[in-house]
Amino acid sequence: MIAQSFNYEAPNTLSEAISLLQKYGDEAKILSGGHSLIPMMKLRFATPECLIDINGIPGLSHIREEGGVLKIGALTREAEVEHSDLLKKHFPIFADVTKLIADPQVRNRGTLGGNLAHGDAANDHPAVMLALNATVIATGPDGERAIPIDEFFFGFYMTALQPDEILTEIQIPIPGGRTGSAYHKLERKVGDYATAGVAVQLTLDDSGNCSAIGIGLTNVNPTPLRAVRSEAALLGKPITDASIAEAAQYAAEDCSPSSDLRGSEEYKRAMVAVLVKRMIHKAMERAGR
Amino acid sequence: MLKQITVTVNGTQHTAEVEPRLLLVHLIREVLNLTGTHIGCDTSSCGACTILLDGKSVKSCTLLAVQANGKSVTTIEGMIQDGQLHPLQEGFKENHALHCGFCTPGMILRATELLANNPNPTEEEIRWGISGNLCRCTGYNNIVKAIQYAGAKMRGEEPASTEPQFV
Repeated sequence: MIAQSFNYEAPNTLSEAISLLQKYGDEAKILSGGHSLIPMMKLRFATPECLIDINGIPGLSHIREEGGVLKIGALTREAEVEHSDLLKKHFPIFADVTKLIADPQVRNRGTLGGNLAHGDAANDHPAVMLALNATVIATGPDGERAIPIDEFFFGFYMTALQPDEILTEIQIPIPGGRTGSAYHKLERKVGDYATAGVAVQLTLDDSGNCSAIGIGLTNVNPTPLRAVRSEAALLGKPITDASIAEAAQYAAEDCSPSSDLRGSEEYKRAMVAVLVKRMIHKAMERAGR
Repeated sequence: MLKQITVTVNGTQHTAEVEPRLLLVHLIREVLNLTGTHIGCDTSSCGACTILLDGKSVKSCTLLAVQANGKSVTTIEGMIQDGQLHPLQEGFKENHALHCGFCTPGMILRATELLANNPNPTEEEIRWGISGNLCRCTGYNNIVKAIQYAGAKMRGEEPASTEPQFV
């Protein structure tokens, strides 16, 4: 399969890339890892006039801690996320999630920024970023703009990014105290999109109450979904079997999965409930109860 | 609009004028006539087109040739050195790790990076490591053995016997 013809630009700086975006507007696509975009172009679902390859722009693939915030450059490859000691230390959820994204070769190319900017509710990082309360940094002609993750996903393949903006960094607050995080997705085979996926991060205070909670759901809604009622059921209280069951039930009720080859709507809701329970337990174990 | 690119393939520098939409696997197979790299699914699922790009295993059906500009590519044709099979090639041969052979170049290139990162992988690590490469003949067991064989050889150890074990 061959893509429709396009112009290819490989700028060396961010400002050049943004100028190109201004020139081409909607007709340009950013080429990052390319493992969602190139397949879509080969199928001619995507027919951009210009491809702006940002892989040669320096300063977009870091993982560093700064003032209590973890900053990940948008061009950081999934394989780098998977093996980062800094991420393993603060966020075991990244080891959970990256292992389940596609396969090793794809993870050598696919990037964290691309996974989010693609705006696909079937991708795994959106739910993780909801659970971790991340902030997306977009850079455009007027400089940087911080977008809270809850305001980032708009619809099917639609995000808050403007046509002249590039997603450049993801910022994640490093939680204190006894915090644990976990992700799992049910998949039919290695590398599949999720039948259902659940990301959880929770913090326990000294008396064992849940002082912070984030729960994100993968591929069971038109957009990546925060399980708001589930979070409310757990926040500020000791986590009990009853409150976990309540959180699981709310998540299953509040998502909106469609029946497809991966399973019926009913089955997917049931799996959301199962995964919410399991991920809360796993996150609690990692928090050290 | 054609773009001029320079790519080093198996140690030899090549310059070509290509359309931006030309896939890397087509540059390798059709422009450079290195047909050891196979096209299986053409959708980055099967791994038959796996090559090394600056030492990292990638699926060349999902990269553009222009993305390899200034980079170094290794294909199966570049594995043999001074007429000597690479330990992975030898391992696949000794362990009967191929039947039809279609997946083998991709398996070997993927295993090259796997062993470079982890010279003594467990069986589970090998199985996760080749999870992006499909084989429809062997059932994978002998491929795992072949990679273990190559790992041992590359560590300077004696590989396990490749005699069939009857139980």
